[in-house]
Formats: sequence, structure tokens, C-alpha cells
Amino acid sequence: MFTFLIKRLFQALVVMFVISLVAFSIQDNLGDPLRELVGQSVSEDERQALRDELGLNDPYMTKYSRFLVNALQGDLGTSYFFKRPAAEVIFDKLQATLELVFGAAVIIVFVSIPLGVYSAIHPKSAITKLIMAVSSIGISVPVFLTAIMLMYIFSIELNWLPSYGRGETVNVMGWETGFLTMDGFLHLILPSISLASIMLPLFIRLVRSEMLEALSSEYVKFAKAKGLSLNKIYYVHALKNTMLPVITVGGVQIGTMIAYTILTETVFQWPGTGFLFLEAINRVDTPLITAYVIFVGLIFVVTNTIVDLLYGFVNPTVNITGKG
Amino acid sequence: MNTVTSSHVPTRWERFKNSDLIYYFLRDKVAMFSFAIFLTFLIGAFAAPLIAPTDPYDITSIDIMDSELPPSWLEDGDERFLLGTDDQGRDILSTMLYGSRLSLTIGFLAVGVQLILGIVIGLSAGYFGGRIDSFLMRFADVQLSFSTMMVAIIVSAIFKASFGSEFFSQYAVVMLVVIIGVAEWPQYARTIRASVLAEKQKEYVEAAQVMGLKSMRIMFRHILPNCLSPILVISTVQIANAIMSEAALSFLGLGLPVDQPSLGALISTGFKYIFSGAWWITAFPGVLLVTLVLVINLLGDWLRDAFNPKIYKG
Repeated sequence: MFTFLIKRLFQALVVMFVISLVAFSIQDNLGDPLRELVGQSVSEDERQALRDELGLNDPYMTKYSRFLVNALQGDLGTSYFFKRPAAEVIFDKLQATLELVFGAAVIIVFVSIPLGVYSAIHPKSAITKLIMAVSSIGISVPVFLTAIMLMYIFSIELNWLPSYGRGETVNVMGWETGFLTMDGFLHLILPSISLASIMLPLFIRLVRSEMLEALSSEYVKFAKAKGLSLNKIYYVHALKNTMLPVITVGGVQIGTMIAYTILTETVFQWPGTGFLFLEAINRVDTPLITAYVIFVGLIFVVTNTIVDLLYGFVNPTVNITGKG
Repeated sequence: MNTVTSSHVPTRWERFKNSDLIYYFLRDKVAMFSFAIFLTFLIGAFAAPLIAPTDPYDITSIDIMDSELPPSWLEDGDERFLLGTDDQGRDILSTMLYGSRLSLTIGFLAVGVQLILGIVIGLSAGYFGGRIDSFLMRFADVQLSFSTMMVAIIVSAIFKASFGSEFFSQYAVVMLVVIIGVAEWPQYARTIRASVLAEKQKEYVEAAQVMGLKSMRIMFRHILPNCLSPILVISTVQIANAIMSEAALSFLGLGLPVDQPSLGALISTGFKYIFSGAWWITAFPGVLLVTLVLVINLLGDWLRDAFNPKIYKG
């Protein structure tokens, strides 16, 4: 176990190192910080002097190590557009993204588990066939199309729900939340459903196939033979054992959800990190792009490492000391 | 045609006609139906210059006065434009045909790039094993853990920022093929490696090795042809994925430019006008995109079942 832990952490470090290299190359090659600082009216000699002073003419390794030291201290450069530290800008917007992801996760849990379990228990019913058909179609619908469709139906035609932005938020201990006001909550509904829609088919199928496997296992047969009530077998014995893979896949998918927030946030003009990133690309705001890449990389690496470690703890049959 | 003698040698076509694949295909309505739709789209897309009512790339034929007309069966509709027009007065039906041609081209070419990368990397990882295997597969795992969408978005952001928007939109098709190819190869490499590992155990490989054939020859001439069925299955799914990725990137403004719209770019234009009630600019390309991806996915599902007798009618 201990070797596995060390190996996994070492791997995470290597990946972060590669990400930092990529991020640094973006920063080093894209845009000219000098132009952002001084504009056009400065002579070439002065520019050269300033370049030396800022260390822009240093060798690559010196520049990279300086970048790394700064990044480790949480300094990812200053955004050209916001004139504020890039890390700070991202953390400001992060609350909106996290609330969106949380809303989507709640929907996924409360929709996919009941539907998946139902379709496993009643494999021949018409509702199961409907669920499976809809989830096959669901896989083929891009998230932005779902989002536009929901927006058109519920906010433009029916005028029930707001179409963009976060609405009113309240500050609870430094966290701007939209869950506690009616307006903010209404604004959360459509974006959360859209984001959830991309993951739902996957989770319904996963829950269903795990549940089917559990139902055909020896211990369920034994429980039936013992005369336990069917409900108890389904919901206590079988369901418990299907949750492990669902949780691990869920953990890995949190990273993927972050990627899809870029699309959802663009449609609903949700003031989160994804929308921020897209704006940063269009403005060629290099420090912000770099900071976002590092930040997203960190989220992916941390969630994957935690999921792997948890899996190792919970399921000791996973080969943890060998090559894995 | 071979002359029919007592020992009849079937031609390629006859072998194909009598194969299990065709047998299953002709007995599966969903597969036949999906294939028919896919073929229609394919022909429609590549014959676009011949069948499209107008040429959306020809600026002289576009009249801005025709912009945002609804489909012809609605009030204010114009019978020249069956499915209405977009914000610049282009016929939606024609732009859709041309757009699906671009989407399909990018999808196929990107899968081609993935295929080459995946075959080379997956074959060498599976065949040589050891350090090469663990290095390549670790790399693929790490890239996969980042979600292909994220990788594609970040890579295209970098491309766009470093080449400049102008250059990027000029070579958008090539860029997108490279971006999607690079972002999605690990799935291929993994699948191919897995089947190479299974094939490597078999005696014909051992025999070839004993005969002293070169590794290259064994890899590409002996093992690869036996891995074709998983490659075919994953290719269909990957084409659907590539089309989706292209649409998403174009929707974000990181893909094809407005004057050369793919399905995703059309949806993106339509989205800007959805508040003024012009739903048709988004809806028709959206339906086309979903149907296209859906039939490819259905074909992929069917192929997987047909090649895998274990789950057949299970």
C-alpha cells in the first residue's frame, strides 16, 4: 500500500511538472509582455534595457525556474485585462462554476441511480426500453444543443425561467451563493440540467450494468433463497455493492464536467471559470490562459489521484504493488 | 467471375456477401436503417455542390435583404428558401449541406490521424512491451484522464493564440484535424494494444518470429490484420466523437470561421439570433448533427455486437 501511495503521488507530481512546462511555454511564446506594459511609444534601446531588467532575455531554464518558484507561491502572473493577479481572478469566478457543477451533480445522483436501478430490476418493461432509448439518443446530443433547446423552450417561449447570468446571490461567509435566493436558484436550474444531461446517459448505463451484475451474483441468489424481501435485497444488498464503481467513475468525471462547463457557461453566460477562459483566449490574455491551464490541470490530477488512492483502500483486490 | 468447377473458389465479392457480418446486417432493422440514413447524409454532403439550391460560399448570390427568413411553410417564408435563411441571407438548406460536408471531412480526416497515431503507438506498446509499453500507456492514461474535450479546447486555444486568428481561420480545417487527432488518439492506442497483447500469445506470431521475420513485418503484416475488428468498431464511435468535438469547438468560436460554416458554427450563429425568435438557424443544423451522430453511434453499437459473439443475443 505504501509503495502504491508513493508511486501514485510521484506520478501526480510528474504530471503537474509537465503541465507547468506546457503552461510556461504558452506564457513564454504568446504575446509580448512589454507591449502590454509600455505601449508603442518607447524606443528600441529602452525596450532592450527593459527586457534585460525584466529578465526576458534570460536563458529558458532561468525563466522557467523563476516561473515555477512564483507558481508554487501562488503567483501565476497578472491578468492583462483585469489588472489583477490571475489566480485571484480565477478564484473569484470559481464559486459560480462550483455551484453549477454541484447542481449538476445533485441532478445526476437523484436521476441516474433510481432510473438505473429500476431498469436493472425490470429489464423487460416498456419504461426500461424508453429509458435506454432516450439515453442512447442523449449521448448523441451535444451539450450546447441541449442548453440552447432548454433555453429556447423554458425561457424564450414559456418564459418560466431566466435565460442567462447568475441572478441575485447572497454572501455567506465570503461565498457568493445562488442557492439561497429564489432568483439565484431559478438561474441555476437550466445550466445545471444542461451540464447534467451530458453525464446522465453514462451514469444510467453504469448503474444499470453494475446492478445487473450484482443481481446475478451468488449472494443475491442466496438472499433470495433465504426468503428476504425483494426490496431489502435490491436496495440494501445489491445497491450497496453497485455504488463503489459509480463513485469512482463519478470522481473521474468531475474533471470532465469542468471541461463541459466551458460550453454550458458560454451558452448561459454564466460568470464562471469556463466563460472566463474563453474570454481570455479571445483577448489573448496570456497570464490568465496559463493560470487556467495550470488550475484545471491541478483539479484533474488531484481528483484522479484521490480516486485511485480511495479505490486502492476500498478495494484491496486492485493490483496496487505491481505495475499499477 | 471464376469458372465454376468442382472446387468452387469464391470471389472476394461472394465471400463478402456470405460473411457473418452481412448476415447479421440484413437481419437487423436498426442497423440497416441507420446505415441508409448515414449513406444519405454522406451522399448529400459530398454532392452538395450539385444538389444544393444555392452556393453559400458565393457572396454575389447572397442578398442581405433575404436575411433571417423563416422556413417556406411559415408566414413570411420565401419559397426559394425551403428551410429559411440565416443572418446573412444564406439558404439554410445549402449551408447545412456544405456544413455537413465540412463536418464529415474533418471527422474522417481526424479519425485518420488518430488511427495512424493509435496504430503506431498501440502496436509498438503491445508488441515490444516492457519500458516502451509502460511509458506510452502511462502517457495515454494521463492524457485520457484529462478528458478529450478539455485537451481539444486547450490545444485549439493555444493554436489560435499563437498563430493568430487570421491564419487560424484560413487553415481551420487542417488545424481542427490535427487538434482532434492529437486530442483523441489514446483511445485507439489502448484498444489496439489490448488486442495486440491477445494476438501476441498466438502461435502464428511465434512461428513468424522463429522464421526470423523482422518485427516491423510481424507487427504490420501479421498482427495488425487480426486486430481489424476492434479497430473498425472503435473507428465508428471515434468518427461520431470527432464530429461532436468539431461542433463544440466551432460553437466556442475555436473552429471554423463564419464564412465557411460547419454544423457547429451554424448552430453558434443561430444561437445569436435565437432571442429574436429565429429558431430555424439553430434547429435544423442541430437536428442534422444529432441524427448524424446518432446513426453513427448506432452503427458502432451494432458492429460491436456483431463482432462479439459472446454478447450476441445475450
